[in-house]
Amino acid sequence: MEKRVTFKGIWLPLLLLAPQVLVTAVFFFYPAGQAIWQSLFIPDPFGLSMQFVGLGNFEYLFGNRFYRASFVTTAIFSVSVTVVSMGIALYLAVLADRLIKGSGTYRTLLIWPYAVAPAVAGVLWLFMFNTRIGVVTWYLGQLGYDWNHVLNEAEAMGLVVVASSWGRISYNFLFFLAGLQAIPRSVIEAAAIDGARFWTRFRTIVWPLLSPVTFFLLVVNIVYAFFETFGVIHTITGGGPQQATTILVYKVYADGFVGQDLGSSAAQSVILLFVVGILTVIQFKYIERKVHY
Amino acid sequence: MKRFHTSLLALAAAATIAPAAQAQTEIQWWHAFTGRLGELLDAQVAAFNESQSDYQVVASHKGNYSEALNAGIAAFRAGEQPHILQVFEVGTATMMAARGAIVPVYEVMSDSGLPFDPQAYIPSVTGYYTDTEGNMLSFPYNASTPVMYVNRTMLEEAGIDPDVDLSTWEAVGPVLDQLKDAGVACPFTTAWQSWVHLESFSAYHDVPFATRSNGFEGTDTELVLNGPLQIAHIDTLGQWAQDGKFIYAGRRNESGANFRAGECAIFTESSAGYAGVKAEAQFDWDIRPLPYWTAAEAAPQNTIIGGASLWVMAGHEPEEYKGVAAFLGFMSSPEVQAQWHQDTGYLPATTAAAEMTASQGFYQANPGTEIAGAQMTAKPPTANSKGLRLGSFDQIRTIIDEELEGVWAGDKDAETALNSAAERGNELLRRFEMANR
Repeated sequence: MEKRVTFKGIWLPLLLLAPQVLVTAVFFFYPAGQAIWQSLFIPDPFGLSMQFVGLGNFEYLFGNRFYRASFVTTAIFSVSVTVVSMGIALYLAVLADRLIKGSGTYRTLLIWPYAVAPAVAGVLWLFMFNTRIGVVTWYLGQLGYDWNHVLNEAEAMGLVVVASSWGRISYNFLFFLAGLQAIPRSVIEAAAIDGARFWTRFRTIVWPLLSPVTFFLLVVNIVYAFFETFGVIHTITGGGPQQATTILVYKVYADGFVGQDLGSSAAQSVILLFVVGILTVIQFKYIERKVHY
Repeated sequence: MKRFHTSLLALAAAATIAPAAQAQTEIQWWHAFTGRLGELLDAQVAAFNESQSDYQVVASHKGNYSEALNAGIAAFRAGEQPHILQVFEVGTATMMAARGAIVPVYEVMSDSGLPFDPQAYIPSVTGYYTDTEGNMLSFPYNASTPVMYVNRTMLEEAGIDPDVDLSTWEAVGPVLDQLKDAGVACPFTTAWQSWVHLESFSAYHDVPFATRSNGFEGTDTELVLNGPLQIAHIDTLGQWAQDGKFIYAGRRNESGANFRAGECAIFTESSAGYAGVKAEAQFDWDIRPLPYWTAAEAAPQNTIIGGASLWVMAGHEPEEYKGVAAFLGFMSSPEVQAQWHQDTGYLPATTAAAEMTASQGFYQANPGTEIAGAQMTAKPPTANSKGLRLGSFDQIRTIIDEELEGVWAGDKDAETALNSAAERGNELLRRFEMANR
């Protein structure tokens, strides 16, 4: 019964693979290799000289308590962004799935924020929460709450999490909705006839059947929170106050492109590469077992 | 289709012939100015291009200061560097250390055979950009220094004489108390906290910010910004922050918006903030010299500059360097310098320009604009007040910002924060030393 196309010879498969291999080599292996090579040196910014330091850059980084603290910040940030964006998206998807009238409008409106670039999203949220002229800040002030993310670390973290999650909710919503609609109605109806209430149906039928989508989104959102939230951090907090929102990828930028410390920046990229690699392995090895396909 | 090809060819031919016909040498200048400053810069370039026919300066905006520096560095690595690159003051050590990437301005000028008198420049302005022998390495294009802006209307409304003495921090303290008691939500705020309250502060009180003459004598320098005087000052500001007398609005000049909107009474900021305040402030205001602590015997020494300078990049033709020299000569002329100073609030780079501005009656018509210059030139600069030359300085500033935020938030005391800033900054200085061995 197995459907398998077999090719004669080796050249055609190689040819068909070539574009993908080439793209991966040029845009991944080559830069990653360069980063690994550079992480062994302390170069000057202009490329005029290089000092070989072996693993010195890594020693320097792990000996630095602020770099180690950045791991914790990144973990808090990534988990928060993932939980917030997936949680809200699932809630909205379940509601939209139950809609009979006007679901198209809701869906369209919910998808819009995905079109907003992270940096722009950052500026929008910054305006709303601006400590001086922000409209939300003003309302909070009316309620007697003094919002100041410029000095308050928890508020700064909360703000970048919300701003990063916002556009992501749309993306997750799309996948959750598609996943929900792929669940056969007959199964749910049968359960309903058996007397299962909404919550029981959700827990015992919908959630397990949705698990492949949830797992996929979990992986994708963690990677997003790690790498693509740079624009939000850059526009809203610049890593502050103190180091409250300096996540790993922002530090790579700050040290490399602002500080011109290319050796440290390269070493940080290599560390990030390993961290995400390990995370992905863990996700596929342990969490995927719980997924029902 | 064929016609299209022919016209395209003709166009291409025209494009290649046109510059040759003029036989002008093109000088590329990458800068970081937008808005009003960008317009003024373009006007200077246009004036130079019209004044002669041998050289054509082409100015290109490359983003903010950090981005422009990055663009210049990346371009140098690719062999596509401009002739002139505008680099902010904190990038000075990075540029200086890159001996193969730059040509010092004094060399460009002497090689060109054009008249160049280093004595014509104001030492406290150029000092930041000279080597230990006093040779000018980069051209001081836009230099400013911190001063204090006062909202006189707010003082009056709080029942305080608007001409009250604010020349010392000892005198500022009680005024802030009065403002606070009168219900002012933001008695005091500052822009560029590290630059104003640690870097300039140290120079102004003639105490070192870093060893080895603030880094002028070598990259083996160490931060000593955690001296007793600095700790006392930051401690006072921290107290004021806790009492709601000092409102912190951000690491850069975010607080400028608060002051210009009439929300803050007293504001320390660059002299180049003048144009913005003048354009927006709907209240009576004036400029005062930066306050100092009378307890420090040497104060007031002189404040140090901020802003940016123009670096000449290596790897171009001798003829092009002549053009660069001609352009820098033009930019040093009293007329150009005086106009720039009056339009922007940046300091004049030459004594002649300062004198010209005075003789034109500009200072009488715009009181307060002379203060920055006076503050810079009051005394001949010392080893502590010539400027700062520290590698990775942009990152060190970030570290200082982080530590100061700890003090303003009440998480740390001033001594702990400054000790930590020095320790963390020194790590970066050692790395910079290594990278430039």
